[in-house]
Amino acid sequence: MSTDDQILEEFTSKEYEHGWSVDFEADEAPLGINEDIVRFISAKKEEPQWLLDWRLKAFDLWQNMTEPKWPNVKYPKIDFQAIRYYSAPKQDKKPKSLDEVDPELLKTFERLGISLQEQKRLTGVAVDAVIDSVSVATTFKEKLSELGVIFCSFSEAVHEHPELVKKYLGSVVPANDNYYAALNSAVFSDGSFCYIPKGVRCPMELSTYFRINAANTGQFERTLIVAEDESYVSYLEGCTAPQRDENQLHAAVVEIYAAKKAEVKYSTVQNWYPGDKNGKGGIYNFVTKRGICAGDHSKISWTQVETGSAVTWKYPSCILKGDNSVGEFYSVAVTNNHQQADTGTKMIHIGRNTRSRIVSKGISAGKSQNSYRGQVEIMKRAENSRNFSQCDSLLMGDKCGAHTFPYIDIKNKTAQVEHEATTSKIGEDQIFYCQQRGIDEETAVALIVNGFAKEVMNKLPMEFAVEAQKLLALTLEGSVG
Amino acid sequence: MISIKNLHASIEDKEILKGIDLEVKAGEVHAIMGPNGSGKSTLASVLAGREDYDITKGSVTFENEDLLELSPEERAQKGIFLAFQYPVEIPGVSTTNFLKTAINQVREARGEKALDAVNFLKLMKEKMKLVDIDQSLLSRSLNEGFSGGEKKRNEIFQMAMLEPKLSILDETDSGLDIDALKIVADGVNKLKTKDTATIVVTHYQRLLDYIVPDYVHVLYKGRIVKSGDKSLALELEEKGYDWIKEEVAAV
Repeated sequence: MSTDDQILEEFTSKEYEHGWSVDFEADEAPLGINEDIVRFISAKKEEPQWLLDWRLKAFDLWQNMTEPKWPNVKYPKIDFQAIRYYSAPKQDKKPKSLDEVDPELLKTFERLGISLQEQKRLTGVAVDAVIDSVSVATTFKEKLSELGVIFCSFSEAVHEHPELVKKYLGSVVPANDNYYAALNSAVFSDGSFCYIPKGVRCPMELSTYFRINAANTGQFERTLIVAEDESYVSYLEGCTAPQRDENQLHAAVVEIYAAKKAEVKYSTVQNWYPGDKNGKGGIYNFVTKRGICAGDHSKISWTQVETGSAVTWKYPSCILKGDNSVGEFYSVAVTNNHQQADTGTKMIHIGRNTRSRIVSKGISAGKSQNSYRGQVEIMKRAENSRNFSQCDSLLMGDKCGAHTFPYIDIKNKTAQVEHEATTSKIGEDQIFYCQQRGIDEETAVALIVNGFAKEVMNKLPMEFAVEAQKLLALTLEGSVG
Repeated sequence: MISIKNLHASIEDKEILKGIDLEVKAGEVHAIMGPNGSGKSTLASVLAGREDYDITKGSVTFENEDLLELSPEERAQKGIFLAFQYPVEIPGVSTTNFLKTAINQVREARGEKALDAVNFLKLMKEKMKLVDIDQSLLSRSLNEGFSGGEKKRNEIFQMAMLEPKLSILDETDSGLDIDALKIVADGVNKLKTKDTATIVVTHYQRLLDYIVPDYVHVLYKGRIVKSGDKSLALELEEKGYDWIKEEVAAV
């Protein structure tokens, strides 16, 4: 067996690390979806009438839409009536502080490597933790509020800052945007809300950890980030799920609004359960993420490291409306075994002198399929706009696939658009060279892969980069035997 | 140090090495010369543990251990170093990062503690001076966009850092101009001690003006057909390989 084949074998035997689940008592909706379920969720959250109306309208839209067929992924038809749309870990009363949160829950997060207690002590990252559908704890809230920064669960924001939620909810991703955005709008359960007032540079990374725990449950969270004039925030998102034989649906929506001279940096390390090595189980990750650079000189930067999910379907995008605004997309997507990923970005240049940069690194192993799909659109008014796209693919073995689908649409002659793409294979030569210096195969692969993804990894916040590097190695690691 | 006995190796059922016998002791420099296609590079690859080759017969003992049982990384950890004829590019991985990973894995295998950043840097500085290599080269992606000379110098730098017992230089002189050749040879000479051994694989004798061998072996059609001292290399330089071929044909 050649070196490549051996490594391939080892990868296919890799196990998912976060595949455990915890039994807490859950407060659940019955299976399936209809208008009553939408009402049930809204009632559970004690929502105002306007939000219920908004949900019902979205549900109506969703019922008249059909599932998109254009992504380069294959999966059995989803039975939307077999999914549970609301599940909350049962708590006797709403916790007022972290000390009142169910210790079982806190243990769960500790197993994930996020000790909320610890987070409280250490300065650095403020965490909002969402389990199944409900946000269970947000740290550092008081410290942030001194600066006027609002960082809380979405449900809390609905009650405490209704005017902000009402103003921005659906303003970047309208309910009728696409099939899964409509579904999310109807049944979203919780998520994070973040508001940075004018002129404030958020002093710490804001972070949300999502975890699906209950069986047959979909997770539909909604994140809304609003950055006012001349503000700055760096936001991190991490996710895991238990190992289950059936597929679970995750259909989230993230909206970012950046006003004049505001900058938002959004980083994701996605590690949903990818299914077993035969392709059984795993998360369907159908996510809509979009930001609008509404003000002049604003900037939105997406960085994602995608290692999990059975099927990923996701295009974090930027609408560059303000003049001189900047959009960035840095992505590493790793697929192994039977995983499928169709991911990329959209850069819509509307304002003058707008700039965008796309760096996508796809790594495919096993029998996986990895597609980059990107759209660069230069509108008529977007004088002197520039885009640079780089899409690199790294293949391991000969049973996987890498695909690139760039769409470029230019309506202004002054635009400069560049697209570069490469495809390479991890060579036996590279691995042997490392081995000859005393490095074992597994470390050699991790070294080569991390080198390949370096440009993107460098964009991650420090503490996240280390985690992401380990995750990359882990995803492609096996039990050497 | 290394003892090769009746070594046969083939690739895709084609036999390349047809019975090699070679004994190298600590402190010695052996040159393996021969015309193109004689099996010189195959011998270097087989000793380093490249898996493309099937060992069909014979044995190799390194420091009283069966070398052929060991994986390539285990051989490296035990002190075998191959300076590649064509060093491989690894984009996004700097020489520094690469060597740090290598050295610490070697140390771990030997039951030694990992080098911390300070001591690693100290070692780097010391060895950089020894082989006259520039810092900027070491922070660039390994071998990517390096000139031929830079690649070879980088190989010798890695050799200096890893401090092997047995170094095998595979056509290290190919693609080098005379100045680069001198620098590389100078580095090899500085690293030589009475406890280390070197096998120099080369087509031309010019490298041997700078790295002076104790023994010269001529490899032809997968066998060592002639052995001698440095004067043999000079004779080959003068007369070419044809007389060797004729001698072999006459037997």
